[in-house]
Amino acid sequence: MTTEVGSETEVKKDSEQAGADKAKDKPEEASDTPENQKSRKASSEEALDSSSVPVPTSQSSPRSQKKEKDSSESKGISRFLPPWLKKQKSYTLSEPKDEAKKKAVGEDQAIEESECQLPGEVAQPKRSLEEAATENQHNAKADEKEEKHSVSSAETQPAKEDGKEMEVEKVAEEKEKQVEKEKRETKEVQTGEIKMENIPQKSPKKIKTVQCKVVLLDGTEYSCDIEKRAKGQLLFDRVCEHLNLLEKDYFGLLFYENSDQKNWLDPSKEIKRQIRSLPWLFTFNVKFYPPDPSQLTEDITRYFLCLQLRQDIASGRLPCSFVTHALLGSYTLQAELGDHDPEEHCSDYINEFQFAPNQTQEMEEKVVELHKTHRGLTPAQADSQFLENAKRLSMYGVDLHHAKDSEGVDIMLGVCANGLLIYKDRLRINRFAWPKILKISYKRSNFYIKVRPAELEQFESTIGFKLPNHRAAKRLWKVCVEHHTFFRLISPEQPPKAKFLTLGSKFRYSGRTQAQTQQASNLIDRPAPYFERTSSKRISRSLDGAPIRISDQSLLRDFPTARGGPAGDKVIDIEGAGQAKLKEGSREENGSPVKTPQLELIQDGKSNSLRVDGENIYVRHSNLMLEDLDKTQDDLLKHQASISELKRNFMESTPEPRPNEWEKRRIAPLSLPAPGSSHETLDIVEEKKQAEVGREETVVIDETNKGKMQVATDAGETCKVEHLSKKDSSSLPSDSSSSSSSESEDEEVGEYHPHHRAIEEVIREEQEEEDDTNRKKEHEEKIMQHVEATAEGSKLNVPAEHTAKVTAESLVQENAVTIATEEKNFSEEMKQDLGEEKEEEQLRLNGDVSHVDIDVAPQIICCSEPPVVKTEMVTISDAAQRTEISTKEVPIVQTETKTITYESPQFDGSTSGNAGVLLSAQTITSESISTTTTTHITKMVKGGVSETRIEKRIVITGDADIDHDEALAQAIKEAKEQHPDMSVTRVVVHKETELAEEDEE
Amino acid sequence: MAAPGALGRYSHAVVRALPEVPGAAGPGGPLDLAKAQRQLGVFTGILRQPLGLQVVALPPAAPCAVLLEDLAVLQGDTALLTRPWEPARRDELGSVRAVLEELRLRVVAVTDEGATLDGSDVLFTGREFFVGISRWTNHRGAEMVADTFRDFAVSTVPVGGGGHLKSFCSMAAPDTIAIGSSEAARHAMKAMEQLSDHGYGRLSVPDDPAGNCLFARLGAGGCALVHRSPEEFPQSLQPFQKLPGCTLVPASCSEVAKLGGALSSCALLVNTRPEA
Repeated sequence: MTTEVGSETEVKKDSEQAGADKAKDKPEEASDTPENQKSRKASSEEALDSSSVPVPTSQSSPRSQKKEKDSSESKGISRFLPPWLKKQKSYTLSEPKDEAKKKAVGEDQAIEESECQLPGEVAQPKRSLEEAATENQHNAKADEKEEKHSVSSAETQPAKEDGKEMEVEKVAEEKEKQVEKEKRETKEVQTGEIKMENIPQKSPKKIKTVQCKVVLLDGTEYSCDIEKRAKGQLLFDRVCEHLNLLEKDYFGLLFYENSDQKNWLDPSKEIKRQIRSLPWLFTFNVKFYPPDPSQLTEDITRYFLCLQLRQDIASGRLPCSFVTHALLGSYTLQAELGDHDPEEHCSDYINEFQFAPNQTQEMEEKVVELHKTHRGLTPAQADSQFLENAKRLSMYGVDLHHAKDSEGVDIMLGVCANGLLIYKDRLRINRFAWPKILKISYKRSNFYIKVRPAELEQFESTIGFKLPNHRAAKRLWKVCVEHHTFFRLISPEQPPKAKFLTLGSKFRYSGRTQAQTQQASNLIDRPAPYFERTSSKRISRSLDGAPIRISDQSLLRDFPTARGGPAGDKVIDIEGAGQAKLKEGSREENGSPVKTPQLELIQDGKSNSLRVDGENIYVRHSNLMLEDLDKTQDDLLKHQASISELKRNFMESTPEPRPNEWEKRRIAPLSLPAPGSSHETLDIVEEKKQAEVGREETVVIDETNKGKMQVATDAGETCKVEHLSKKDSSSLPSDSSSSSSSESEDEEVGEYHPHHRAIEEVIREEQEEEDDTNRKKEHEEKIMQHVEATAEGSKLNVPAEHTAKVTAESLVQENAVTIATEEKNFSEEMKQDLGEEKEEEQLRLNGDVSHVDIDVAPQIICCSEPPVVKTEMVTISDAAQRTEISTKEVPIVQTETKTITYESPQFDGSTSGNAGVLLSAQTITSESISTTTTTHITKMVKGGVSETRIEKRIVITGDADIDHDEALAQAIKEAKEQHPDMSVTRVVVHKETELAEEDEE
Repeated sequence: MAAPGALGRYSHAVVRALPEVPGAAGPGGPLDLAKAQRQLGVFTGILRQPLGLQVVALPPAAPCAVLLEDLAVLQGDTALLTRPWEPARRDELGSVRAVLEELRLRVVAVTDEGATLDGSDVLFTGREFFVGISRWTNHRGAEMVADTFRDFAVSTVPVGGGGHLKSFCSMAAPDTIAIGSSEAARHAMKAMEQLSDHGYGRLSVPDDPAGNCLFARLGAGGCALVHRSPEEFPQSLQPFQKLPGCTLVPASCSEVAKLGGALSSCALLVNTRPEA
């Protein structure tokens, strides 16, 4: 059962925390774990767990725990009672397994029971804490591990391992307790509700509760007492329970900073920390407007959506034309009052309704007129009609934010399911669909989006907007991240992890995505719940009219997960994380996401516990670049294939590797020669004509971890820096994949790479001044940018493709790719080149690798702004750089090097074999922060044949997140493009990888 | 609220005859009055049959007053009387208002003194509005469209080349935009694609003026497309022939074009039964 999965994570986390004995960390921890974790920790709650008692199935327990959260003990207690908790869990876990068949029917009941429970219903703790403690203390820590095993096995369904015996015992124990509880339960039923306030008195430690008020969509107020340190999810679940709402992922709780600054309550964080000194007053609202409400499963969900939209319309947030106001109003009447009854509904019967911000007599008449035409529609049908019309409104589901464009003009940014809309006044002046947006970030009060290059454009552009203040910028950013995740991703993205201090928000949407919630709600299997529509007090009827379906048991068993109490949610989160990791690791592994994340759970816990919660100033990128939904596994495989094809081609000396469709698409914008670069290419070609006979080109690509460098760089830098920072932030995972063990991922994802300095030191070689090569230098830089860009691109599209890499735990990698191109022309025109040979230069393989911030490549920035909008080109010095903070410790760096050489079979060795006469040799070095390109051109005369060899060595010092194969492919391609008349004869990939210590933390 | 599929459903057409004054000229040169009247007559005939519309003829005014489309933007039961860029043309609004009110439309007028809006800069796709920001129409004019038709997204499209938005594009079918091939046209098309949530088909025609055509649904469930005659634009016929299940009706419009108009300029198409 999936519910257990949720608890399992808790277990692990618990144990880890316990091990670390970080009681005080728990609040932070808690933000990553489901709510019920907390409640489980509290021993008193165990006793309270009345709902789980009568039908001890997994469904009931999470639900009931939810209720108990408010009464949960202070965190300290949990430390002392982990085993108790474990037992509880093991009980619930094993129970369904052992008795799955028996319980099948019972479970069904349980579901409904738990759902129908009112939030206020709380059992009273009779059993004393001490009792529980003594009972269980002896098992304590030893049990924990067993628990883990059993839990995980329960989740994945394979046979249990060693833990089984223990579990059975525990089950027995639990059953005794169970009986006890059952008795209690009945008592409570008799006595009725007991106030929360009483609970603290019974518990050894006091629980501070606060009264929360939540204004519901029908205008009524729901209030409840909630533990002061409770997280948002708890309150939200309470409210949903009160509303009997299952499809709750579309909704959220808002609190207002002032009249118009609304903030969504983050379910994963403590309420108190979010609202600060604000009153505990919330409103329940639709957060994600489903683009097609007809796909909602339950009428009750549609009803709440209707209520929200009526609010939106009446308040003017959702503008409508006169006719639409009237039409929607008439459906409202039909839903709430039923058929028009001329006797009952006299002229002023609609006075109490507000259909529009400024309602006129004329409109009301029209409403009544239309109302008459809806005769026979059930409330649910009327709601559906209402939604069908409302969803077509252009501002449906658009969350508007005030902003200014780069020229200070007032605009509105609208976040919706499809992307970001830019309005000036009421006019839409631009639109950025999610797939077009590569990155969203904010910094201070600025909000930035980085958009994909349009066709015929080479580079991404970044568009900046000015928000009224920092909080507004962050709010907008969060809303964007959430909407993107909810509507565009299959599963939520894993929050970025940092091992050390990291500035910047690590906020990610952690709820279910639309895809997930739809999937989950498909499994909803309850009779259409009865609910009252505010005015009419009519009972909703289900449209399908057949509320009770017999579902098969397997579905049923899955149900709790899918439907999700907090535990269920967590499961899915983890699943998502697992998938994300999978994406990087073994992409081929498609299915069974539930099982795969198993291994990583531990890691998660660990990293979480060590993670510093940075709720602070600077933003990291949201890895929106992962917008690769349209890219299927096939594409990725194709990509792989294309790269290996590229290699093969090269090996076979096929003149031009034919990139497949995918690759074309990916490479296209990059490979288009910029005006400048083509010019520079010309230069080279000219030069070559002088030599005329042939030449060879070598490209060396080298990578090192760059993470650290950004720390040093200041804001306001160059595009290059930005690329780097992007690599840092987004592409670390690729490293992990290369290390090929699931374990490594965790470490690799950390942002911090303290070592590269050392490496650079090693790499560094003295620099040779180049006199006349400025322009060539430029050219080289161009190349490097290309390479870099490619690397980046590959990262975006394919986070990890390092099949070749075998290194484990690599933190720093250096790759050197050497591509040697050679072409021999047996032309007779040697004479020219002899005369024009250039001054010889010292041969140099490696240029200066000193990582100075060079203001390279401002030209890389090009504005792809669409015609309509005033946009701001931003050179991003971005947050990412700042987020990297170096620590003082400089660990010892072990490196592993690896060299792969590809040689063309055509390569006849004559060049190397015959000494020939050296006509000229020239070395050009150019560098940027991350890359150093050394081009070495030698002209030789051998047996009357002049031959030019170009050896290009590109050293990429990077985050290891670069897709090396990609970079290599690109470098080869680049080389071929630049010197079409030459052939690549040798490619050497030299990779130096830093072996990281086991765990930095 | 327009249901998708409402595009091209009309019941009435408002037209205006040319004044019997010789020597009229437009930016495109002197008008051949007889030819112009003949072309308009044919066009009006097409509106009656096969389009099956009731034609309401307004009394003649200035020659350019035949370009009725500039004077009003119609959608559903609402008509927005524009504020034409040419002040002289604002006098023509009165008669238009009268006839639209007679047709029981909700008539709204542009009140903003700073707004200019020509109806032929407004393209309604059935799902949303695009308003060309041209030398005839400014941002505030576009705002008036947004204010009037609140159900719909109203996006602004910069129009280069000195023409109106609809001088090179129009709806050739539901969700299909006919578009000319000039640079201005391609730019505008690109902007529209960028601005829209909907994926529109693109029907490219070599000649810009041929991009302006008239799509209408016929009573029996078919549809018709009135397009510029092959005599005028032989190259542009073929693309229209690709449209499935659509009756092609060629019409010449060369004289009106001299006034700066196009096919769609010559009539205001009204649907008095938008709900039906």
